[in-house]
Amino acid sequence: MTMKSLELVRSTKATAHRQRLVVIGNGMAPGRALDKLFEAAPGAYDVTIFNAEPRVNYDRIMLSPVLSGEKKFEQIVIHGDGWYVKHGVTLYKGSTVTAIDRTAKTVTSARGITVPYDKLMIATGSLPIVIPVPGHKLAGVLSYRDLDDVEAMLLAAKSRGTAVVIGGGLLGLEAAAGLKDQGMDVTVLHLMPTLMERQLDPAAGHLLQRAVEARGIKVITKANTKAILGEKKVEAVLLEDGTRLPADLVIMAVGIRPNAGLAKDAGLDVGRGIQVGTDMRTSDPDIFAVGECAEFAGQTYGLVAPLYEMATVIAGQLAGDASATFTPSVTATRLKVTGINLFSAGDFADAKDREDIVLRDATRGIYKRVVLKDNKVIGAVFYGDTTDGAWFFDLIKKGSDITAMRETLIFGPSYAGGSALDPTAAVAALPDEAEICGCNGVCKGKITTAITQLGLKNLDDVRAHTKASASCGTCTGLVEQLIKVTLGDAYNPTAVQPMCACTNLGHDDVRRLIVAKDLKSIPDLMQALEWKTSCGCAKCRPALNYYLVATWPGEYADDSQSRYINERVHANIQKDGTYSVVPRMWGGMTSAKELRAIADVVEKFNIPSVKCTGGQRIDMLGVKKQDLPAVWADLNKAGMVSGAAYAKGLRTVKTCVGTDWCRFGTQDSTGLGVKLEKFLWGSWTPAKLKLAVSGCPRNCAEATCKDIGVICVDSGYDIHFAGAAGLDIKGTEVLGHVATEDEAIEVIAALTQLYREQGRYLERVYKWAKRVGIDTVRQQVMDDVERRKALHGRFVYSQKFAQIDPWAERAAGKDAHEFAPLADLTFKEAAE
Amino acid sequence: MTAKAKWVDIGALDSIPVRGARVVKTRAGCIAVFRTAENEAFAIDDRCPHKQGPLSQGIVHGRAVTCPLHNWVISLETGAATGADKGQTKTYALKIEGGRLLLDAAEVAAGKVAA
Ligand code: SRM
Ligand SMILES: Cc1cc2nc3c(=O)[nH]c(=O)nc-3n(C[C@H](O)[C@H](O)[C@H](O)COP(=O)(O)OP(=O)(O)OC[C@H]3O[C@@H](n4cnc5c(N)ncnc54)[C@H](O)[C@@H]3O)c2cc1C
Ligand code: SF4
Ligand code: FES
Repeated sequence: MTMKSLELVRSTKATAHRQRLVVIGNGMAPGRALDKLFEAAPGAYDVTIFNAEPRVNYDRIMLSPVLSGEKKFEQIVIHGDGWYVKHGVTLYKGSTVTAIDRTAKTVTSARGITVPYDKLMIATGSLPIVIPVPGHKLAGVLSYRDLDDVEAMLLAAKSRGTAVVIGGGLLGLEAAAGLKDQGMDVTVLHLMPTLMERQLDPAAGHLLQRAVEARGIKVITKANTKAILGEKKVEAVLLEDGTRLPADLVIMAVGIRPNAGLAKDAGLDVGRGIQVGTDMRTSDPDIFAVGECAEFAGQTYGLVAPLYEMATVIAGQLAGDASATFTPSVTATRLKVTGINLFSAGDFADAKDREDIVLRDATRGIYKRVVLKDNKVIGAVFYGDTTDGAWFFDLIKKGSDITAMRETLIFGPSYAGGSALDPTAAVAALPDEAEICGCNGVCKGKITTAITQLGLKNLDDVRAHTKASASCGTCTGLVEQLIKVTLGDAYNPTAVQPMCACTNLGHDDVRRLIVAKDLKSIPDLMQALEWKTSCGCAKCRPALNYYLVATWPGEYADDSQSRYINERVHANIQKDGTYSVVPRMWGGMTSAKELRAIADVVEKFNIPSVKCTGGQRIDMLGVKKQDLPAVWADLNKAGMVSGAAYAKGLRTVKTCVGTDWCRFGTQDSTGLGVKLEKFLWGSWTPAKLKLAVSGCPRNCAEATCKDIGVICVDSGYDIHFAGAAGLDIKGTEVLGHVATEDEAIEVIAALTQLYREQGRYLERVYKWAKRVGIDTVRQQVMDDVERRKALHGRFVYSQKFAQIDPWAERAAGKDAHEFAPLADLTFKEAAE
Repeated sequence: MTAKAKWVDIGALDSIPVRGARVVKTRAGCIAVFRTAENEAFAIDDRCPHKQGPLSQGIVHGRAVTCPLHNWVISLETGAATGADKGQTKTYALKIEGGRLLLDAAEVAAGKVAA
């Protein structure tokens, strides 16, 4: 049988047994529906997805952290490419469906692809509302809905201009905070007299406004936009009262409207959204609608929790469970702006039959409001301190009668039992049905059961198995407390290992925040990231100093008091407090002149030991500290510079003799080693960096156990990396093959730069590569040529500031205090 | 401490880097003089209670120094090793007056006798 007929057999079989499910839209709701469907009925459907956005399914909720720079897009992907392959799903990226033919049972995309369906799921989400004022179509006017919007905002923010955000709701405030973090001058316009007037009373609205303004964002309330002005692109926003606000960027965040046009054209019943019954079917039983585009009992939704409930119902229906039905429940939401805590749940509109209990503490910036009806909590708003949110949300959902605890209700669960509880005890006191994760509708009982039955040990495991705190992440603290309560002392929060006892942040968070918050000195960083100690410790300070050196070349002033002694005095301290001195010998090459200078120095300064190192150079051991500048001056005179045998930086480039002398040599390995060392010397790296170049696979320079190694072959250069031969022993991985010496140098510099940007302090190349993945490294420096060039460019730039011989500087007088005592009392004492 | 203090000028506070140290040579060995981020100054023997590491070469943080040899953390106020480590280095009285550092030479001399 030929290949072709084989394929044919398979597809006929497929049509006979499997139904075809087509999905329009690849947002959060259908993503969840498919997860549930594949769980309930694996292999039951051949799935095809059309997505107008040119990408995989991602967590839309997390766009704000991407905008503020706290997260990267890769970190918010829900289904990576592999997921589609694994489940045999065909995904048409960047393909908008323009027509549904219900008679022929097909959908057709703008690109002309027509696909038949047995069952269809419409999940087209919402469209942002655009106020049709004059100028609303100018370039520079954006909505806030998808990654393209965020990328356009980030691009606009690069020039650090002025942004006006129209709309002071959750989305508008998140956009404003993100743009501010990106360095823009931001003004928020809000139509009503106070911010979030639906949730907050005027006094609380002012608290929020003050917190927003404290971040340097201007807020104008009662602002009615009349027009957006500009020739080709936006230049200003004009208000009804004549105020003219200059603007390079305008964000409209005034609301959303279900995206139901396609369904309407297909003749389905549409009100505000696509009307569905409790089984999520539209007026055509083969067509379902899910997500923000769907309307149920006259109601549409704009938060993920109810959409995920819809998704579960659809999955049930598609898997053949006719009893799966949708019952909407109350929703809760939080403002995702770091440093501002706002939580609201349920119904908080004013009405005759309702009572309010309000707690206000303006000095501490706290506001709590609970709305009661018939002695039940139906709504709650918290500002400033939102820790009790989950408890109140639970009271709302259960409709508990609160008559008995009415007096102390507003003080939360800690007082409900009489005396105050610590947070862990408060979590322990929650009932099993209490909802912990609002986004994914996960209750306490489900989490504790998963922990005990599956033996889960940490936050990542709990996220993976229950989805709790896997969406917006605001319940992370609660989930961690639950793990603590359930596991007791067995819980060891390893999710993020803090850098040291001075902070809760891990190395990666700190590196990310240095960039996001533009931090350029250690004191600024400690202030902004709320360091717990006054000036750090011997663990964090050297790390921070490196991160700042690597992030801001030419801008950051090195803090020598945050360096280990070896890097401070550019020599290696010995056990008796003397030092060793190792000059560079480029690629292991030396000369009579250098050897003579070394011999002279050894005699002149009475240096007790001279030794060949394992790194192909010479070590002078036992030099007195005060002699160091004079020793260096003499070595400098013979043309030698520091070998940085002490540095978390480039150490040695070992070579073999190669084509110069060896009968097996294939390339000039010595020459390449010298070139590499001359190009890379002076650079600071997360941990020490050692290279080697061997002239043939016999590998006399031991290149295959180095951080970076080159094996010369007839056709060019095999580049290796991630070897180890110290505390651990590990052969290198092959990075790739290049034909020329220039390419080899470019790849090695790009690899070094990637390591400089991603490595954690004291993490050798092999550990870094293991953590981020050999393949991702390969992809970034070998396959993605543009990326490689950009990395290389950044490396070259930073070398401009790094290639200064520290010995010459100190021989000329820099840091003289290091090498001379403050005072000499031996004479005075003698005179006593 | 001996009965009568004898203060000698050992230099300006400003000649020590902030969060840094320098040494004063005496016949009984070096004394390390530290300057903290808050511009306080402390004088202690330049010898780690662990294996005599030169504390003046360590990293200064808060009112402590981390020894450059094996990372013990020594309190500048008491000279004692902190955390799980045990040991103590001798401290000396030190005053700052008008930006100058004054060390009690009588105590230094007594230390020498005791040593
Ligand atoms: C001088 C030298 C030994 C020698 O006499 O040959 C040496 C001496 C020291 N090595 Fe090394 N290493 C020397 C080559 C090596 C090599 C071989 C090589 O480079 O090809 C290795 C194995 C390869 C590697 O780096 O993994 C090596 C693996 C280590 C390690 C283990 C590192 C690891 O991550 O596994 C340490 C400990 C550390 O860095 O934390 C270390 C630490 C040290 C220190 C810095 C220990 C210390 O903190 O005092 C020694 C400094 C002595 C001094 O004052 O000069 N030395 N050390 C070699 C200097 C090479 C040079 O020219 O710069
Ligand atoms: C910045 C931001 C922050 C948010 N924060 C929160 C929060 O904190 N908590 C919360 O609960 N909710 C939040 N939301 C709301 C939440 O993201 C949405 O409720 C949810 O994403 C809706 O899911 P969906 O699947 O219905 O639609 P979407 O996720 O919008 O997906 C719809 C997809 O369909 C595609 N599409 C549309 N028409 C077609 C077509 N004709 N053919 C093919 N594809 C099409 C679109 O391109 C889009 O990718 C936030 C939203 C935004 C924008
Ligand atoms: S690596 Fe090959 S070329 Fe180089 S010295 Fe060894 S055998 Fe000769
Ligand atoms: S000598 Fe100070 S820690 Fe070992």
